[in-house]
Amino acid sequence: MDVKVNILRYNPETDRKGHWEEYILKADPDERILDLLHKVKWFDDGSLAFRRSCAHGVCGSDAMVVNGENMLACQVLVKEVSTPIKIEPIRGLPVIKDLVVNMDSFFDSYKKVMPYLINDDEPGERERLQSPEDRDRFEDTTKCILCAACTTSCPVFWTADTYVGPAAIVNAHRFVFDSRDNASKQRLEILKDVDGAFRCRTAFNCTSACPRGIQVTKAIEDVKRETLTIN
Amino acid sequence: MKVVKHSFDGVIVGAGGAGLRAAIEAAPHMKLAVITKLYPTRSHTGAAQGGMSAALANVEEDNWNWHAFDTVKGSDYLADQPAVDILCKEAIDSVVELEHWGLPFSRLESGKIAQRRFGGHTVREGEAPAFRACYAADRTGHMILQTLYQKCVSMGVTFFDEFQVLDIKIDDGVCKGVIAYEIATGDIHIFEARAVTFATGGFGKIYKVSSNAHSLTGDGPGILYQKGIPLEDMEFYQFHPTGIYRLGILLSEAARGEGGILRNKDGERFMERYAPSIKDLAPRDMVSRAIATEISEGNGAGPNNDFVYLDLTHLGAETIKQKLPDITDFVRTYVKIEPINEPIPVQPTAHYAMGGIPTDVNARVLSDATGTVLPGVYSAGESACVSVHGANRLGTNSLLDIVVFGKRAGQSMVDYVSSTKPMPLSDNAAEDLTNKIENLMEKNHNPEFSVPRIREELQDSMEENAKIFRSEDSLEKQTKILSNLRDRYQNVTISDKGKVFNTELLEAIELEYLLDMSDTTVASALHRKESRGAHSRVDHVERDDKNWLKHSFAFKNGDSVKLEYKDVELGNYEPKERKY
Ligand SMILES: Cc1cc2nc3c(=O)[nH]c(=O)nc-3n(C[C@H](O)[C@H](O)[C@H](O)COP(=O)(O)OP(=O)(O)OC[C@H]3O[C@@H](n4cnc5c(N)ncnc54)[C@H](O)[C@@H]3O)c2cc1C
Ligand code: SF4
Ligand code: FES
Repeated sequence: MDVKVNILRYNPETDRKGHWEEYILKADPDERILDLLHKVKWFDDGSLAFRRSCAHGVCGSDAMVVNGENMLACQVLVKEVSTPIKIEPIRGLPVIKDLVVNMDSFFDSYKKVMPYLINDDEPGERERLQSPEDRDRFEDTTKCILCAACTTSCPVFWTADTYVGPAAIVNAHRFVFDSRDNASKQRLEILKDVDGAFRCRTAFNCTSACPRGIQVTKAIEDVKRETLTIN
Repeated sequence: MKVVKHSFDGVIVGAGGAGLRAAIEAAPHMKLAVITKLYPTRSHTGAAQGGMSAALANVEEDNWNWHAFDTVKGSDYLADQPAVDILCKEAIDSVVELEHWGLPFSRLESGKIAQRRFGGHTVREGEAPAFRACYAADRTGHMILQTLYQKCVSMGVTFFDEFQVLDIKIDDGVCKGVIAYEIATGDIHIFEARAVTFATGGFGKIYKVSSNAHSLTGDGPGILYQKGIPLEDMEFYQFHPTGIYRLGILLSEAARGEGGILRNKDGERFMERYAPSIKDLAPRDMVSRAIATEISEGNGAGPNNDFVYLDLTHLGAETIKQKLPDITDFVRTYVKIEPINEPIPVQPTAHYAMGGIPTDVNARVLSDATGTVLPGVYSAGESACVSVHGANRLGTNSLLDIVVFGKRAGQSMVDYVSSTKPMPLSDNAAEDLTNKIENLMEKNHNPEFSVPRIREELQDSMEENAKIFRSEDSLEKQTKILSNLRDRYQNVTISDKGKVFNTELLEAIELEYLLDMSDTTVASALHRKESRGAHSRVDHVERDDKNWLKHSFAFKNGDSVKLEYKDVELGNYEPKERKY
């Protein structure tokens, strides 16, 4: 079938601002949106820029706005979206070219929450023990692939880019609720800050945007509640 | 072109599991940079699903000798046994270390790390399938990659994200550094460094149907091959039995480890005929051949009889949800089937390179078949061939390989850097590369010679002629096709002449590596007149230990490939007939 695709193009070397280009592509309903982008790039305009690697929703490279919603281009099939298909870069981060945005501030926020296990106790020669129940408490947030779909769907982030954003809070949650970690208090102090978890206005955009099905808003609520337990 | 110069002691190319593990070892002892064409967390290690083996004995009796036996037998006796001993012995501490760094393994009721069964892993040298694979649901690789990256963040390791290395500088046989291209700007960066580790992953993109990411194009092996370094055991490429039909997306062997069954169009559990003792949990080469045989004998399902079924319907919704959540989601997303109720159409998918850059057990790169070390150059992970996987890798042994030998690469860098002085690299070191890029930029674009066209023909023809079953005819045919594609590649052109995020330019350069990987794969396969592990010749069906118990080394020889051989290092296990 023929599919009409509109892509928001921007080349900093030739354009002053972005403009829409239309492409009519032969596509199979079972193909991924990513396959459509490849058709444009490989057989029409080689200069189209987008990130991608794994092509099956596990690396987090290709978050973009498709018909107004954040998703991974490799995780959505042509038959699941209405036509014409409108594709834009994720919002709130500077565009480098076409569908590629600058991720620096996103990763800086991630690093702010100390996203690593902190425990100075001597662990011994074998693994630390953890019950399946304790392991379950942070299962959901271990799934994050740092795709930025959540953070760039958040209306608070669009207006205040100093807000650490949902993805950073998800990654803090992953350690705050890990029974093996000893630094929850430090992380929660950081998230108590003006640009921390309390900026969240529970819009739930992040939860619907997350391609890993993480209950992002719930994780933020868990962190907020936990923050109240420290003094 | 703008050229920027940096000075480091060591550089690691690649930030998958192997590169990150090397970085953790090396960073405290030198000025180190990790250069990666993808953000580290997007490396394909993150796609690994099923597990990482170590004889922890958390579920049942186990010891690393049994693990070593299985690995050697799985390799069809081509693995170097001293290296396998290191792999299996160091496995235990490696898993524990990852746990200490925070890796969220799934847990047993006892609180210990959970372990599951996997193909080819047995207790007491073949008695029964072993619970040896440590896992975190079916996203073990994701957790390893995240944990190693988190550790690097905590240590303040220096990363150059979205920088693609395109050249290495070796003067008089001594390493001086690498040249990289900054994807966001098109600037060239000279990295002076006397120790360089390549951890660039595999090259599944030489085939059409593959479980590998678009980025897996064999860059490390390609860069070194073009400098005259040989590539080892390239004829051994693993096809994983269960890729989603047509898409190639992997459904982990963990599905069969948890009890999943392969069935042909009549619903028959055909593996009972091919591997009576361990059936569906036979090693991958055997299962993939069994599927290909079923299909060629007309027992495949579907209108074209070209797939078989992976049946999980008897496992129950709870097991599927707890233990196989991601892979069953892939099936729902891409095939729109509910695996709890319906069997899944699968076919073998190009998955893992047993071959690659030859190294010793300390990850030092070898420049010939006699074991000469190339000073300052290291490789680990899927880009390297130690060889611990021989002719066929067992599932879960690669995640193990990347941490065990990644660590050793880091240690070797430290040893080398602490015993040598900085070696200056001249300011015009990038000249070869800038000429090559300018050449591509200046040529007028001609769609006849576009990257996607040449690449598509390459992938289609490799799929047809150099896949699971090979013959002299199919390989001779492929040699001609490759030589023709190589000629066309000399005239390759691109349409994007910009500096910013010019991924068309990078795809053009990657295509040359894909051609190199294909040339060496086909030439090595053509010369090896026997069948062993993943290399099955229909015209030489037997394994021939008398003549072929050796590793092949493929050298670049102008536009053709020259082969040399090196004997396998044996150990405790004498080659025997391989039956399961
Ligand atoms: C779907 C799937 C499932 C798997 N499941 C398992 C499993 O359950 N158990 C198991 O043991 N094994 C499994 N494997 C195999 C295993 O995951 C891989 O072999 C292993 O992760 C490879 O790791 P690596 O560090 O060598 O490379 P990768 O993780 O692929 O990393 C390569 C790195 O190199 C960088 N790079 C490449 N070229 C350049 C360049 N030119 N310049 C700069 N950087 C560059 C990339 O950016 C990336 O950071 C699986 C593989 C796949 C595909
Ligand atoms: S929480 Fe979900 S949407 Fe946000 S970065 Fe992680 S995976 Fe992406
Ligand atoms: S390409 Fe990896 S998530 Fe889409």
